[in-house]
Amino acid sequence: MDFPFLLSTMKALLAATPTTLGLFSLSIFFGGLLALLIVTMRVSNNIAARTFAKGYIFVFRGSPLLIQMFLVFYGLGQFGVIRHSFVWPALREPFVCAVLSLALCTGGYSAEIFRSGLRAVPPGEVEAARAAGMSGFLLLRRIIAPIAFRHALPAYSTEIVLMVKSTALASLVTVWEITGVAQRLISQTYRTMEVFMCAAALYLVLNFLILQVLALIEHRLNRHNRRPAERKPSVMSAFFGARP
Amino acid sequence: MSAIPRLSVRNIRKRFGAHEVLRGISLDAHDGDVISVLGASGSGKSTFLRCINLLETADEGDIVVNGEEIAMKTTPRGRGAASRKQLDRIRSDLGMVFQSFNLWSHLTILENIIEGPVHVQKRPRVDCVAEAEALLEKVGIADRKDYYPAHLSGGQKQRAAIARSLAMKPKVILFDEPTSALDPELVGEVLHVMRDLAAEKMTMLVVTHEMGFARNVSNRVIFMRDGQIDCDGTPQDMFGGKGSPYFQQFIRHMETEHDAA
Repeated sequence: MDFPFLLSTMKALLAATPTTLGLFSLSIFFGGLLALLIVTMRVSNNIAARTFAKGYIFVFRGSPLLIQMFLVFYGLGQFGVIRHSFVWPALREPFVCAVLSLALCTGGYSAEIFRSGLRAVPPGEVEAARAAGMSGFLLLRRIIAPIAFRHALPAYSTEIVLMVKSTALASLVTVWEITGVAQRLISQTYRTMEVFMCAAALYLVLNFLILQVLALIEHRLNRHNRRPAERKPSVMSAFFGARP
Repeated sequence: MSAIPRLSVRNIRKRFGAHEVLRGISLDAHDGDVISVLGASGSGKSTFLRCINLLETADEGDIVVNGEEIAMKTTPRGRGAASRKQLDRIRSDLGMVFQSFNLWSHLTILENIIEGPVHVQKRPRVDCVAEAEALLEKVGIADRKDYYPAHLSGGQKQRAAIARSLAMKPKVILFDEPTSALDPELVGEVLHVMRDLAAEKMTMLVVTHEMGFARNVSNRVIFMRDGQIDCDGTPQDMFGGKGSPYFQQFIRHMETEHDAA
C-alpha cells in the first residue's frame, strides 16, 4: 500500500469535491423548481400543458443523460441565435452546461416522483379541506403539498442519490469534478485501481452523509405513522434506528 | 318561522350520466333544527348533503345560507360556483362531518382543529388553541390532542372531526353518515356528542341510519326515495305511523335488521 500516493490522490480529489457538490446542489435546486413546473402542467386540466409535460418527461427519462449533456454542451453552440444572445457567456461554460443538462433531466424524473406523491393524497382529506373553505394555493400549501411530499420522499431520496452519481458524467464535458480529476490523475500515473478506489470511496461518503440527512427528514415527517410511545425522536435514533 | 332560514335548499337536481340521482329537492332548516335524512342506500341522501356545500355541484337549484344565495354560473365545463371567494366563505359557515372522518393525517388532533380557524378564518392562533382545547374537552378527548389521527379509535376520530367542524363556529353542520364506519360499540360515544350539540340548539342536517337518533333527537325526519323527498314530518308523526307506506316498510326493514344483528 502506497499511503503517500493515496493521501495525495485523496487531497486532489477532495479539492474537486466542491465542484461535484456545486453541480449536485445547483442541479437539484433548479431541477426541483423545474419539476414543480412540469408536474403542475402534467396534472393541469389544460390539454396542451399536459401533453407538453408528458412529452418532456418522456424525452428526458427516455434518452441517456450523457447524450443530453453532449447535446447541450456541443449542440447549443451550433445555433447562431444562442451564440449571439446574452446567455452565451454562461452557456459557453462547461459547468453551466453540466448543471443545465443535469437539471433538465432530474426535472423530468422528479416531476413523475412528485406526481406519484400527489396521487397518494387521500381525496377525502382534500374534500375535508374544501369543505372547511380552503381552495387554491392555501389548499395546496397546507394540505396537498405536505401530504404529497411525505409520500414522495422515499422515491425522491433515491433520485437525489442518483444525481450525486450522475455528476460524474460532467467530467466528459470537461468539468473538473471528482471523476474528471481522477481520470486526469490516472492519465498521469497509470494507477487506475488506487485512484478510482479513492474516488468511489469519496462518492460513498458523500452519499452516506446525504442519505443520513434524508433519513432524518423522513423520520421527522413520519411522526404521524409512529405509535405515540415511539415518538420524541432523538437525533441519534435517526442514525442508528430506534432503541431496542 | 318568520326568521330567515339558516339553510335553504331550493329545487336541487343532479344527474350522473343517465341516472337522475336528485329529482328536485327543497328544504328549509331553521335555527336549532335537527333534521334526520333517512333513506335506503342509493336514494340520493349523501349526494343531497354533498350538493349543499358544493362538494358535488347540482345541475339545477340554489343553496341559500343565512339568506345569502351561492352565486352559480354555467361554463362549457359545467356548472359551478361563480365566485370562489364567496364559496369558500360560505363553506366555512357550513361544517361537514364525513363518514370516513377525513382528518388530515399529517397534523396532530390539535393542529387539525385549529387549521381552519387559523388559516381560513385568520383568527389569532392563541385564541384558536384555547378554543380547540375547550372543544376537545367537550368531546372528551382532551388527552389526545397531541396524537396523530392514525393513533385514535374510530369513535375518537369522529369526535375530533366534530370538534374540527365546531371550531369554525358554523351556522349549520352537515353530517354524512357519521356513525356508519364505526364499530357498534363506538357508535354511542359519537351519538352522545351529537345529542349534546342538538341540546345546545346547533342546526344540524344528519344523513343517518341510526333510527334511535332520528326518533329521539331530531325534530324533523325526512325520508328520501328515488331522488325525491318521499315524506317528512316530526319524528312523532313519522314513527307514529303517519309516514308513507314506503317509509313504514323502510322502518320495519331497519328494525328487523337491527333485531337480527
